[in-house]
Amino acid sequence: MPSAELWRPGADLAVLRARAQMLQSIRQFFQQRQLLEVDLPVLSGAFGSDLCIEPISAVVNGHSAYLQSSPEFFLKRLLAAGSGDVFALGRAFRDHERGRRHNPEFTLLEWYRCGWDQWQLMQELQELVLSLLGPRPVASYSYAELFVAATGLDPHDASDAQLLARAKPLGEWVAANRAACLDLLFAELVEPALPSGLVLIWDFPLSHSALAELATNRAGQSVACRFELYCDGVELANGYRELTDAAAQRQRFTAEIEQRRSAGRAVTPLDEHFLAALESGLPPCAGVAVGVDRLLMCQLGCDDIDEVLPFSWRRCR
Amino acid sequence: MATFSTNDFRSGMKVMLDGDPCNILDNEFVKPGKGQAFNRVKLRNLKSGRVLEKTFKSGDTLEAADVMDTDMQYLYEDGEFWYFMEPETFEQHQADGKVVADAKLWLREQDVCVVTLYNGAPLSVTPPNHVELEIVETDPGVRGDTATGGTKPATLTTGAVVKVPLFLDRGDVVRVDTRTGEYLSRARD
Repeated sequence: MPSAELWRPGADLAVLRARAQMLQSIRQFFQQRQLLEVDLPVLSGAFGSDLCIEPISAVVNGHSAYLQSSPEFFLKRLLAAGSGDVFALGRAFRDHERGRRHNPEFTLLEWYRCGWDQWQLMQELQELVLSLLGPRPVASYSYAELFVAATGLDPHDASDAQLLARAKPLGEWVAANRAACLDLLFAELVEPALPSGLVLIWDFPLSHSALAELATNRAGQSVACRFELYCDGVELANGYRELTDAAAQRQRFTAEIEQRRSAGRAVTPLDEHFLAALESGLPPCAGVAVGVDRLLMCQLGCDDIDEVLPFSWRRCR
Repeated sequence: MATFSTNDFRSGMKVMLDGDPCNILDNEFVKPGKGQAFNRVKLRNLKSGRVLEKTFKSGDTLEAADVMDTDMQYLYEDGEFWYFMEPETFEQHQADGKVVADAKLWLREQDVCVVTLYNGAPLSVTPPNHVELEIVETDPGVRGDTATGGTKPATLTTGAVVKVPLFLDRGDVVRVDTRTGEYLSRARD
C-alpha cells in the first residue's frame, strides 16, 4: 500500500458499525447476567512476569510504568475487595506483537465468575461467542487428546528430550525448554489440524499453568485448570480456574522472573498490590479473556486484523 | 552487508539463507497466547527456484542478499552464452543457459529485460511482459477467418510455440504475454 494512503482507516464503515454493535452486544450479554462492568487503568507500576509477554513502558512522574497486557491483576484486586462477578472491556498492550492476527494494542474482554469452575465458565464463553457469531459447530477436546493425535507424544508424560527431538525439525532455534517445545509443536502440528467452528481445549500441561489452579485428570496426571477457545483455527480466548493461593502465586512469579533474568530479558517489579490482594483472600473463581478484534475477524471473515481496527499500528506510526 | 530482522521481513525482500539468495514471499507472525513468538516465512531460493517454508524465532535476523534487478538490453547469443548490456554504462554480462532458462523463448535482440544480478553476476532473466515475435512456421492461414475462434500452433523466431488464431500466417508478427505464453494480438507493423 502506498504510504500516502495510510492516513485512511483500515476498517471500512460497515466494519466500524459491526464493531460498535459487537461492543454493545457484549455489554448487553453481561448486564443481563448481572455482571458489573468496571473501567480499569491501563498504566501500572508493575507488570506480569510472563516469559513471553513484553511490556510497553511509560514514565509517570519520573517513575517507570507499564501499559497493562491484560486487566487480570486489577480485576482480581476488585474480586478480593468483594466486587462479586465483574467484567472489563478495554485495551491491552503487548510489545513486539504485530502481524495478521496481532496488533501491539488490542481490545480485550475479560470476566470473572465467583464460585464457578472452569467447566461452567467454558459453557458461558461458548454461549457468548455463539450469540455474537451465530450458529457454528462446537467441539471440545483435552489438550492431550489433540496433542497425541498430532504428534504421537503425550504432552504431560513425554520427556523434555522427546519433546525437543520432535520440535527441532520444525524450528532449530527452539529453546531446550519444555514450554517452548510444546508451543512450537502445538502451533505447527495441532492448530492446523483443528476442525473449523468453535473448539474448546482444556487441561493444559503444567508448564502452561500461568495463573491457573492445578488438578488431576482422569489419567491421574497433574494438569493446569486452563482452557482456550479457537474459532476456525484462530485462538480467541484463554481462561482459568484461578489460583487463589498467594504463596504458590509468589513462587510462580519468582521462578518466572528467574527465567527472565537468565534469558537476559528485562525484569519488571512484582505486583505487590496483587499479591497482597491474594493474601487477603481471592474468592474461588474462574476467569477468561477474549480477543475482541479477532472475534470480529471471525464474524466478518476478515483475515487481517488491520481490516477490523480503525487504525492498526502501521497507520499510527 | 545489512541484516533484516523477522519483524521487518516483507515480501520481495532478498535475504541469504544457507548460503543461497532467497526472495521472501510471505511472513506470518505466530504467537500462542502466552507462548514463544515465531515467524513462519515462505521463501523462494533464487538459485533453484524452489519455494520453502521455514520458521524463525521472532527477532532473529538474516543477512541481506546482494541481489539487484537491473534493466538490460539483450544483445545476442553464441550458442553457449546469452549477452546483455547495461544501457547506461554499456557494461556487458554473459549468462548461461541455466540462468536464462525459459526466458530464452522470449528474448528478441535489442529488447530490454530485467536481469537479476547476484554479487554482480546474472542469476536470472525476466523478459518483458509483452513481446512481439514473428511466426516462422504454422499451417497456412485461413484468410478472413477472424470469427470462428479456432486456434493452431505457431512457431516463433525464438523457437517458442504459441497457439494463434487460424487467419495468421508465416511472416506475421504477434504480440505474446510472456508470463502465460498466450497470444494477445497481431502486432501492427
